[in-house]
Amino acid sequence: MIKVDEKGFYGKFGGAYIPEMLHPNIEELRENYEQIVASPEFQEEFQMLLRDFVGRPTPLYFAKRMSEKYGAKIYFKREDLCHTGAHKVNNTVGQIILAKKLGKKRIIAETGAGQHGVATATVCALMGMDCTIYMGALDIQRQRPNVERMRILGAKVVPATSGSQTLKDATNEAMRQWINNPVDTHYIIGSVVGPHPYPEMVARFQAVISEEIKKQLLEKEGTENPDILIACVGGGSNAAGTFYHYYNVPQVRLVAAEAAGLGVSSGKSAATTALGTPGILHGSKTLLMQTEDGQVVEPHSISAGLDYPGIGPVHAHLFDIGRAEFVAVEDEDAMKAGIELSRMEGIIPAIETAHAVHALNMIEFKKDDIIVINLSGRGDKDLDTYIKWGGY
Amino acid sequence: MNRIHTLFQNKKERVLSIYFTAGFPALEDTLPTMQAIESAGADIIEIGVPYSDPIADGPTIQDSNMIALENGMSLKKLFEQIKDMRQTVSIPVVLMGYLNPIIQYGMESFLKKCQEVGVDGLILPDLPMQQYLDEFKTLFEQYGLSNTFLISPQTSEQRIREIDEHSNGFIYMVSSHSITGAKTGITEAQIAYFKRVQAMNLKNPRLIGFGISDAETFGTASQYSNGAIIGSAFIKKVKDSKDLKADIHAYIKSVIQ
Ligand SMILES: Cc1ncc(COP(=O)(O)O)c(C=O)c1O
Repeated sequence: MIKVDEKGFYGKFGGAYIPEMLHPNIEELRENYEQIVASPEFQEEFQMLLRDFVGRPTPLYFAKRMSEKYGAKIYFKREDLCHTGAHKVNNTVGQIILAKKLGKKRIIAETGAGQHGVATATVCALMGMDCTIYMGALDIQRQRPNVERMRILGAKVVPATSGSQTLKDATNEAMRQWINNPVDTHYIIGSVVGPHPYPEMVARFQAVISEEIKKQLLEKEGTENPDILIACVGGGSNAAGTFYHYYNVPQVRLVAAEAAGLGVSSGKSAATTALGTPGILHGSKTLLMQTEDGQVVEPHSISAGLDYPGIGPVHAHLFDIGRAEFVAVEDEDAMKAGIELSRMEGIIPAIETAHAVHALNMIEFKKDDIIVINLSGRGDKDLDTYIKWGGY
Repeated sequence: MNRIHTLFQNKKERVLSIYFTAGFPALEDTLPTMQAIESAGADIIEIGVPYSDPIADGPTIQDSNMIALENGMSLKKLFEQIKDMRQTVSIPVVLMGYLNPIIQYGMESFLKKCQEVGVDGLILPDLPMQQYLDEFKTLFEQYGLSNTFLISPQTSEQRIREIDEHSNGFIYMVSSHSITGAKTGITEAQIAYFKRVQAMNLKNPRLIGFGISDAETFGTASQYSNGAIIGSAFIKKVKDSKDLKADIHAYIKSVIQ
């Protein structure tokens, strides 16, 4: 059984390795979130917003041309059609209602690609809450449109200038600012990372993805279970949402696409399971890319959302016990897959998402296998990167 | 009985602990810095083990960590540098570091090495109390190392009591809601918190840290505790120093007057 235990562990991974200054915040969350999330008032508001604001359920779309090309029944779960352009908003809608019920007045968040930042700024606007987003200085450059979207929505965007100036550093900065403002502030973490209870809480908010896949597939194929599920993994929230209701259905293969950057052995990679070893990052024990001395290695990926040296503890566990297959997709292959999806199905994906699409070329499957790929986000934010790459 | 216990038996007021980052400003400055801290009259030396992602630290210590790592600092290197420190340093020495480098080194090997070179205690800010109790307490005791926990203005009375119960050395009182080096000056609200904890009559001595930078803040903190810890302000003084020993002496003397 894949299930988090009382102390927040999935097998060997998880926990809450946090400075004492954050202990009251984490305790407050841990003690209250399950009860709040289970309450009818929460569920009513959450379901209403997912439906009327986010636009759920998102379609499960049969990709006819790509199915013919690959010789399988390929479906896309269209999270790219969510309001704000990616799955991230499922989580921010859940956490903002929770923050309100906890009496918080301010929201902080980290962001990589800017999708989580935009999704957070959006729900803060919706609820009239003060919002500050921490974002690596490099990511601010490469995801410019999202920076401006956050600002239009009324959020303050603060650059993180340490380290590689990407997602990891933005997360460090957000944690520091939470330590500085522990009482009135809620930290909306954007993926299934961080100290317990964040990984499980975020996974539950994203679990709506697999809940819908089950229903939709039953209608279209007469079975809830695909043969294969594919999702990309940065921290792992869209993958956790896609896998959640299938963790314990062993006949469904789970495939996670990591970012190999310029190649797994190039020294410029973010392929955490391929290169990582057990360690502690951002409050949980997980697999992470590090030196022999335990210093965190700067990752690289062309996609800001996958440019992270760790992985959510649940994925470290899925890897550890062999429940999920991990493939490492290089920058160039992801870009080409993005073009292929654009030209064959009329969908320009986020570059993160393009990694999941390329995984089709890296795994084995049988003719007529049902494959569901989670299209985590759309490519609008990545036009600059597509243009710079230029291979179309 | 380790040096920390002896210190607090003999000195109950105005205990000054100085934090610095190992391998900073230059790789081989570690031991000379320790010697200067002792000869200037401070009471405890806190060696910061540099880490790439110090989430409880502000810009000054982040910076010193990065420079130390660029200089080639590591835990292995640190143990080489301080292997004979007890020939020249007699005051208590505490290692402060994030958990990940220590776990990669191996907790038991690390503790054993600490004992070998004469380290007296540890401050591991991201090791939660429960984890310490479940996994490491017996090992710490086996190697004669005291463990220091942090408390902050948010820490509940009940939790402070638990921390007191499981501490043996001193308690590190974080002075405000903040990461290191974030604020200067001491506010009324902070003093109320210092007094609240003082009135609890804990069994362990208390040192106040974060935001202590000069004679005045050291004096104020010392009124409500057994002394204080200075980190960021010290790092700033040594950062561009041309004469480490003279600058360390001048600074520490200005604090303890
Ligand atoms: C479209 C999209 N997909 C995937 C990710 C990666 O995050 P996660 O692994 O948490 O789903 C991001 C992150 O920014 C994203 O924007």
